[in-house]
Amino acid sequence: MSSLQLEIVTPEARVFTGSVRMVIVPGSEGGLGILPDHMPLMTEILPGEVIVTTDDGELSLAVGGGFLEVLPDRVSILTDMAIVEADIDEKAAEEAVARAEKEMSEKSLSGEEHAFVQAALLRSLAQLHVKRRRHR
Amino acid sequence: MANTRDIRRRIKSVKNTAQITKAMQMVAASKMRRAQQAALAGHPYSQILNRALVSLRDMVSADSHPLLEVRPVKKALVLLVTSDKGLCGALNTNVLREAALLDKDATEFVASGKKGASFLARTGRKMIADFALTDNPTFLQTKAISKFCLEKFLSGEVDRVDVLYPKFVNTLVQKPTQITLLPITDEKAAGVSSSGGDKVATETMGAQFLFEPDADEVLDSVLPYYFHFEVFQMILDARASEQSARMVAMKSATDNAKGLVKDLTLEYNKARQASITTELLEITTAQMALA
Repeated sequence: MSSLQLEIVTPEARVFTGSVRMVIVPGSEGGLGILPDHMPLMTEILPGEVIVTTDDGELSLAVGGGFLEVLPDRVSILTDMAIVEADIDEKAAEEAVARAEKEMSEKSLSGEEHAFVQAALLRSLAQLHVKRRRHR
Repeated sequence: MANTRDIRRRIKSVKNTAQITKAMQMVAASKMRRAQQAALAGHPYSQILNRALVSLRDMVSADSHPLLEVRPVKKALVLLVTSDKGLCGALNTNVLREAALLDKDATEFVASGKKGASFLARTGRKMIADFALTDNPTFLQTKAISKFCLEKFLSGEVDRVDVLYPKFVNTLVQKPTQITLLPITDEKAAGVSSSGGDKVATETMGAQFLFEPDADEVLDSVLPYYFHFEVFQMILDARASEQSARMVAMKSATDNAKGLVKDLTLEYNKARQASITTELLEITTAQMALA
């Protein structure tokens, strides 16, 4: 079976590299599962969960927005934020969600502030989502 | 001749100063290393981004995107990147000298760094935003800045976005540099930030990409990332410049202090010797008078 080289990078670091069997990403047009020998593809991704299946098992990451590039033997994910499930600080994420929600409801934010807080909210929600799913 | 006690006091104070500058030099050195590493860590990101842009370039016509559109420049926006703190030699002065040359009426400023902000306020320039950053800015922090600039450009309030920052050349040289980021000029998106654009292009050659939902939409999402990332890299670069300028400034301050201590010690010894000689002279004179 051919394998797939996955690379998840943020501007700050290379979060994940390695050979994987499958990767599931939250694409702008819906969830995408990518197997080896996928057709070359480029698309935007939304904040959410990336699930990586390797030979050793599954790994789950919370990602921010970004985009995805697929080549037959290679997948690259570029994103603002990528945190491995184990590293997510649930409490901090919860607080961030609460803070963002409060800001959204209380203050009348200008357009760009609103968008910024909303983006932060989505990122935090993505983290929480990834973390909680594991506990059930 | 100065009093020996005064000189001793002075030596002590200069030594203290030297200790402080030495400590600052070491701190700056380690921070500089970290800043440089942070800048290097973005390399894989830029590679993939460039590859994507190369593939996209052939798919869309160059002027189909608002970020690529070159408009006559009525108003320009300059993102002025300086340090928050001083004691870093002529770094900020050099950047601000460049800033002073810009047309006062046709330029709006966004400041990052207290030195730049206070300069703009002092000289009565139009500052529309001031962003504070930590020592090790994260992408999300700088994205707030770049997003602000991006929206100003897209709304048509400004027709060009430049960054003015101290570019890191090497530890001794930081060059104030002004670069136009928006509109994204064709050769930049195509030339792909100098490092092996052609190699990257051949790497993906033959792979006919499928774009979802379509090439224009993908370009729409990739181009802002390109801009955000450029700004992030430049701010990191400015941080590395700041720290290395500080390191060099503090090193020369330490060296100066050491030289001063040496001179003062010589002075002190001379004064001490002189006082001993006078004392001896007095004793012998007294003895001779008694005899």
